[in-house]
Amino acid sequence: MEIETAAQDLEEDFNREIILENLIIKTVNLSKTYKVGDIDVPALKHVNINVEPGEFVAIMGASGSGKSTLMNLLGCLDMPTAGDYFLDGQNTSKMSKNEYAQIRNQKIGFVFQGFNLLPRTTALENVELPLMYDRSGKTINQEKMAIAALERVGLGDRMHHIPSQLSGGQQQRVALARALVNEPSLILADEPTGNLDSRTSVEVFHLFQQLNDEGITIVMVTHERDFAAFAKRIIEMRDGRVIKDYEIKDRLNAETELQKILSEAIIDD
Amino acid sequence: MQAKTILKVATKSIMKARMRSLLTALGIIIGVAAVVVMVAIGDGAQLKVEQQIASLGSNLIIITPGASNTGGVRGGAGTFNRFTMDDVEKLKTESTLAKSISPVISARGQVIGGIGNWFTIIQGVSPDYIDIRSWGLESGEFFTDRDVMARSKVCVIGSEIKKNLFPNDDPIGQQIRIRNVPFKIIGVLKEKGQTAVGTSNDDVILAPSRTVLDRLSGGRFISSIQVSAINNDKITAAIAELKSLMRESHKLFQGEDDDFTIRDQSDLTEAATETSRILTILLASVAGVSLIVGGIGIMNIMLVSVTERTREIGIRLSIGARSSDILIQFLTEAIVLSLSGGIIGVALSFLIAYILNNYTDQSAYIKPQIIMIAFGFAGAIGIFFGFYPARKASALNPIDALRYE
Ligand SMILES: Nc1ncnc2c1ncn2[C@@H]1O[C@H](COP(=O)(O)OP(=O)(O)OP(=O)(O)O)[C@@H](O)[C@H]1O
Ligand SMILES: [Mg+2]
Repeated sequence: MEIETAAQDLEEDFNREIILENLIIKTVNLSKTYKVGDIDVPALKHVNINVEPGEFVAIMGASGSGKSTLMNLLGCLDMPTAGDYFLDGQNTSKMSKNEYAQIRNQKIGFVFQGFNLLPRTTALENVELPLMYDRSGKTINQEKMAIAALERVGLGDRMHHIPSQLSGGQQQRVALARALVNEPSLILADEPTGNLDSRTSVEVFHLFQQLNDEGITIVMVTHERDFAAFAKRIIEMRDGRVIKDYEIKDRLNAETELQKILSEAIIDD
Repeated sequence: MQAKTILKVATKSIMKARMRSLLTALGIIIGVAAVVVMVAIGDGAQLKVEQQIASLGSNLIIITPGASNTGGVRGGAGTFNRFTMDDVEKLKTESTLAKSISPVISARGQVIGGIGNWFTIIQGVSPDYIDIRSWGLESGEFFTDRDVMARSKVCVIGSEIKKNLFPNDDPIGQQIRIRNVPFKIIGVLKEKGQTAVGTSNDDVILAPSRTVLDRLSGGRFISSIQVSAINNDKITAAIAELKSLMRESHKLFQGEDDDFTIRDQSDLTEAATETSRILTILLASVAGVSLIVGGIGIMNIMLVSVTERTREIGIRLSIGARSSDILIQFLTEAIVLSLSGGIIGVALSFLIAYILNNYTDQSAYIKPQIIMIAFGFAGAIGIFFGFYPARKASALNPIDALRYE
């Protein structure tokens, strides 16, 4: 009995501490085990990470190391099987489905490798989508906000194009505009440039760096060390665990890289 | 979400998947139209029969000699009391619930006049007869009670007789010979069309009852007495009254069986609608089958698009839609589709019914309750198959909905 109460007290202290820490992401022994038939597939094992506001984190690791699993949990797209996830000081594991939806809508912008835009739907309508589910009441003019978001990612001239009329890079920028339109404090991106060529990828990272400079926290997954160098910090994973977590010393500037690529292209011609 | 937004999202979604929407709506359109038209054809046939029986005259009651054949074999013709003019007079003077009473004395015979001759039925009736049968005159006039008493040799001919004997000139005032007895034509009856059994109502000559009784039937008796009750509600009472008056007139003892039969329209209607009812049932089952086929079509289309739709649901969930937002959207979509399909289906069935009624022999009559049933059923199928997969998908984690294949 006493031990239990003590444990409860400890947990409460712990929660308070997290709030005081002012972390945007804190995971405590976050675990996810998939069940495939009778077999348990542990994809994430006791992951503890902290992310402060304004950080730009790249998650790296071999295929199957649990990066996407982690991202989906951080994005509130899936539920952990054990452990806790504190987002902005709130423990998400105690939330209802509707509160989850609210968080996805208000706090997080998620960018997928496969874009996940609605087909046959214009860029503008795609970007307006999160605003339609905005219950906070801050949305006054959906279209205006969506246009602003599209202009922010440099697609002001492609608003009425449907996804099939856009290049991969443009589609990913539409997805990014959609993630940005509700002004989230956190952008999560799972291999955002996985389907793009290197130049377009650098363009997307350039956008990410700009957004990060404006104060938005970014956590992304990437396979390529070259691209991870655009971030400020790298978390490496293996077999569902974090094995390394370090600051990047000589961070790359995407704008300079872009200039290099452009001048190389001119020389090639 | 606001109702306006919900409706906007739903209509957009319908417009974006044009083919799917069209095919779904088509299933509902065909289902509804098939049911409504099939049942309308059956009901049309039934209505036609009812109209024909109604054309016999309103509140009509027919009294015929001989007991109804419910008690097995009865004595043959001649063993029962025939009707006489005394029976008719008794009913006329003593009945309180009969508005008009007319004897009918039928004779068959050759009629010569106009451009040739014609074999037809001659009926001796009283002037009340055209009122009982709610018949009208095309031209001329009907004979009067005085003609009946004076046994005048005048007659009123049916439109079929005019067509055959006087195709070109006005028959009024002309002489015809019925079984060699000369009659003067004083009127022509309005066309009445076919009887319930398909013979013509218009192939007939009406003449004063006593004239026919004396001159043509050779002392034959009255074949039936036709009565119209004072109104529809009084038919049952009128039948009871006529029954007791007839029993009195025929001096039947207490307990002795009737030697006459009284029938009203409902008896006639019942027999005649029996066949058309079978037709209606047959058509309705065909219609039911097409509704089910349409429903399966809708189901197929909905199930085929489920992968695409599940991904859409995943996307919407991932950017912050609640399960209830998704459910409301899909429910609205399904209702909009089913409703518009249903409306088009009903419109189509009205068009088909119009064509059938105006350009074919087939008549179709659309009952409002059939519209409701077809509409309701097709709508339920559309809504169920549009909504059920969405309900399942919206309960998934967003990531599982996105990964669905
Ligand atoms: N829905 C699922 N059901 C069962 N097992 C899963 C599921 N999703 C992932 N896994 C398993 O969990 C482990 C981690 O997968 P995850 O997708 O997180 O890897 P990843 O690091 O993102 O890999 P990649 O770099 O290839 O995208 C893998 O072994 C995978 O097979
Ligand atoms: Mg992955």
